[in-house]
Amino acid sequence: MRKAPSRIKVVVATDCGSTTTKAILIECVDGVYRQTHRAEAPTTVEAPFADVTLGVTNAVTELQELSGRRLVNDDGTILRRTSDDAADGCDAYISTSSAGGGLQMMVAGVVKEMTAESAKRAALGAGAIVMDTIASNDRRRPHEQVQRIRELRPDMVLISGGTDGGDTKKVTELAELIAPAKPRPRFGGEYSLPIIFAGNRDARPAIERTFAAGGFDLKVVDNLRPTLERENLGPARETIHDVFLEHVMAHAPGYDRLIAWADAPIMPTPGAVGDILQAIAKGRGINVVGVDIGGATTDVFSVFDGSFNRTVSANLGMSYSISNVCAEAGMDSVLRWVHLDMDERELRNRVKNKMIRPTTIPQTHEALVFEQAVSREALRLAYVQHKAFATELKGVQQQRTVGDAFSQQEGGRSLVSGMKLDLLVASGGVLSHAPRMEQTASMLIDAFEPEGFTELAKDSIFMMPHLGVLATVHERAAMEVFERDCLVMLGTCIAPAGTAVAGKPVMRWSARWEGGSAEGTLMGQEMKLLRIGARANVEVMPERGFDVGAGPGVAVKREVRGGSVGLILDGRGRPLAVPSGAEGRRLVASWAKALELHPD
Amino acid sequence: MAKAYTPGLTVSARVRYRARRLLPLTGRITVKVGDRVAATDVVAQTDLEGDITPMKMSNLLSCAPRDVPGLLLKPVGSAIAKDEPIAQSKGIFGMMKVTVKASAAGTIESASESTGMVMIRGAAQPVQVRAFTSGRVVEVLGSEGAVIENDVALVQGIFGIGGEAYGPIAVGCARPDERLEASSIRSEHAGCILIGGARMTIEAIRRAIEVGVAAIVSGGIDDADLKALLGHDLGVAITGSEKVGITLVVTEGFGDIAMAARTHDLLTSHIGHTASVNGATQIRAGVMRPEIVVPLADEATGDAHAGGGATAGELSIGTPVRVIRDPWFGALGTVASLPEQPAVLGSGSKARVLEVALADGQRVTVPRANVELIAE
Repeated sequence: MRKAPSRIKVVVATDCGSTTTKAILIECVDGVYRQTHRAEAPTTVEAPFADVTLGVTNAVTELQELSGRRLVNDDGTILRRTSDDAADGCDAYISTSSAGGGLQMMVAGVVKEMTAESAKRAALGAGAIVMDTIASNDRRRPHEQVQRIRELRPDMVLISGGTDGGDTKKVTELAELIAPAKPRPRFGGEYSLPIIFAGNRDARPAIERTFAAGGFDLKVVDNLRPTLERENLGPARETIHDVFLEHVMAHAPGYDRLIAWADAPIMPTPGAVGDILQAIAKGRGINVVGVDIGGATTDVFSVFDGSFNRTVSANLGMSYSISNVCAEAGMDSVLRWVHLDMDERELRNRVKNKMIRPTTIPQTHEALVFEQAVSREALRLAYVQHKAFATELKGVQQQRTVGDAFSQQEGGRSLVSGMKLDLLVASGGVLSHAPRMEQTASMLIDAFEPEGFTELAKDSIFMMPHLGVLATVHERAAMEVFERDCLVMLGTCIAPAGTAVAGKPVMRWSARWEGGSAEGTLMGQEMKLLRIGARANVEVMPERGFDVGAGPGVAVKREVRGGSVGLILDGRGRPLAVPSGAEGRRLVASWAKALELHPD
Repeated sequence: MAKAYTPGLTVSARVRYRARRLLPLTGRITVKVGDRVAATDVVAQTDLEGDITPMKMSNLLSCAPRDVPGLLLKPVGSAIAKDEPIAQSKGIFGMMKVTVKASAAGTIESASESTGMVMIRGAAQPVQVRAFTSGRVVEVLGSEGAVIENDVALVQGIFGIGGEAYGPIAVGCARPDERLEASSIRSEHAGCILIGGARMTIEAIRRAIEVGVAAIVSGGIDDADLKALLGHDLGVAITGSEKVGITLVVTEGFGDIAMAARTHDLLTSHIGHTASVNGATQIRAGVMRPEIVVPLADEATGDAHAGGGATAGELSIGTPVRVIRDPWFGALGTVASLPEQPAVLGSGSKARVLEVALADGQRVTVPRANVELIAE
């Protein structure tokens, strides 16, 4: 039985990834929750082990050795404390999982930009990989849609469409395409494919008739778009989590035992990351963007004015997908971040060699510079995709003025704003393991182009998934660990928005910190790094046409957080334009020198 | 103490090979345990349900969806030919009737009263799975497939494109460091598995397709040539379904790189022997590398090796390894020392390293992640 939060003082949390199971120990020390030890072991989902709990036991056993606290019973299960002052055991065990490829879904909706997009948002928010989105207006002919559905092997399907009380025909047509296509689930013939229907409530009888034939397990939930003006993603998201546990996890080897061990439902890893970022944004009243760049995919999370969005860029990553990054961005875009002379033909072969041997690491300085250039483009492309997805609801009737008619975008406005962004959190190998923190900060600034004042941080050991689940059992503990141990503060970037011209002033600035002060004028295309320690009081006076958050030409005076890098002043203007050729190389080299990216 | 395991690719003169041959869904297994099969024999087959063709009949007949089932000219479940009349409207006083013809051949699967949609299911598509290697059937996997076993010479490549191919082995390059050029390919290589040396050029690949070579195995390929062949830049290494008229396997990687001498010696020692090649590569969870399998004439016992998987082994002093990242990409050598402590690399990163004694006498330090075992 789960303990009351006030009695939870020792927590073991694991995250079962595709290759590694990571365990952390959280303890209440002098009244404050801290992450005290971490350990890892290979994940054991695949043959010959085929039991995820073996990897969990191994990782927690290592945690036990490091902490000196007994955490594992003789039978391999997690040891619980018998009393509040017992020296061994824990009060709660929690876990997330992305092993075996995570949660893979297909979603469908009537109109691509409306119900289908809301369905996609629900699935992504729940931590799924969306394999495809089928919509009545996706420009594919019905037989092409059927063919596509047959090719996919989803864990479940989410169908939406129609507002409550509206048309039922279109959404029923969608169901009639999906049912005979009989998408084959990943887990073989015995598995009844879960279908979640979250569309027009009037269409439920027709949907139930359509999926009455065998092979499906239909769940009907509240409409995720009951009216055009309102999204209601909660019920669909909760049902996705339930189905994930009941069906997907139950078919993965050893998960029935893991579910029994845990004191909270096991969550898909990205879903847990989304939850902790939302909790942080809410708790501090800020706007946050988080990114996790992996070998195959890049996840971007954002919370702006309380609206949460997550995107997965399926083929933007640093090893398996590195070749795709170069193909999508174009080699010229990658090479604009490189200040060294490199042979393009040779680089193309190197990219492919990294793709086919994904576990290799850069050995030379030149290889590192190139890899970090690729990462800038992978992050940039993933963020572009995220901004296009994280929008206000589309299809909502708006009153427009004549002026709006000229500026109105096709869809809803993006919720993501570089100027409103307060905190940018980085995780993933290329960002977390960069030899110098300055390189991590530089990659983030170049890819995300934050405007005004933005704090930069990294989650060095990817602890956010653990904390996302912890927040469901003990929110205060999750917040305290997040602030004290999860985030490594890099510093703050001040970047005036506006068109910068080399040699012309962008802003005047002054900064005062413990033991030092400085002031000056930031010129166009100039970057400057100030080592300010933990905090500094700054005053900036942007030139006319430049904005740091209070409006063009308006001065701002405030306290900023420092960190292992410090305060970065970015005079390159927004949007960022990097010239090509020798001039570009000279500028990139000057920025690298200013930010002390590479040792002399 | 944790052991250092490192992946490697198999290059073996004799290994007990098991080919696990599976249907995409359950079906009929045409062999039984103990049967001897040839590489191209069918061991399992099934019928994939035919394609679905939807017809928006209520629109086509200009009628209400609920009327559609009553307007079909043949009942649900009937066979229908393409362009055969499938439904007819009532018209006005029996006049001006609209007749709709079937847009595909198959069976009328359903007619919806809710949407007015009629579904035609096409003919089932037969799927056959071949044995891939000659040998003996050692296991039947329910109604999903069979396992074929044989003693073979086995070479795993690092990357390939194209599906399964069969043919006798022929030699295009006498030396492993010789580039495979168009001039090396002759008309008698039609239907062969052609063994190259170093990089295969785009001209050689095009000449081989023209001649009808079944597959090329060589040390390297240039990315620009691969792009020219496929017509697009390959984004992720999930291959096997390309239809370029040939199967290609590279044993070392991209660029100008010689095939490992041991691999070349092994493959060329089987001139004229029938081999099976699969270019399919999947570099994700459940990694799959391309393979060249040469069944041996005489059976003998050897270590079992499941087809399709990669191998891993322990690094120790004297272990033969290949460096798989610049600045010594492709260099072969043996492990000279395994320092316990991480070292700072030229990139500034800290990583566990090893020292490799290269074949040319140089001794170099490389990250442990940047070598692979040359496994047997």
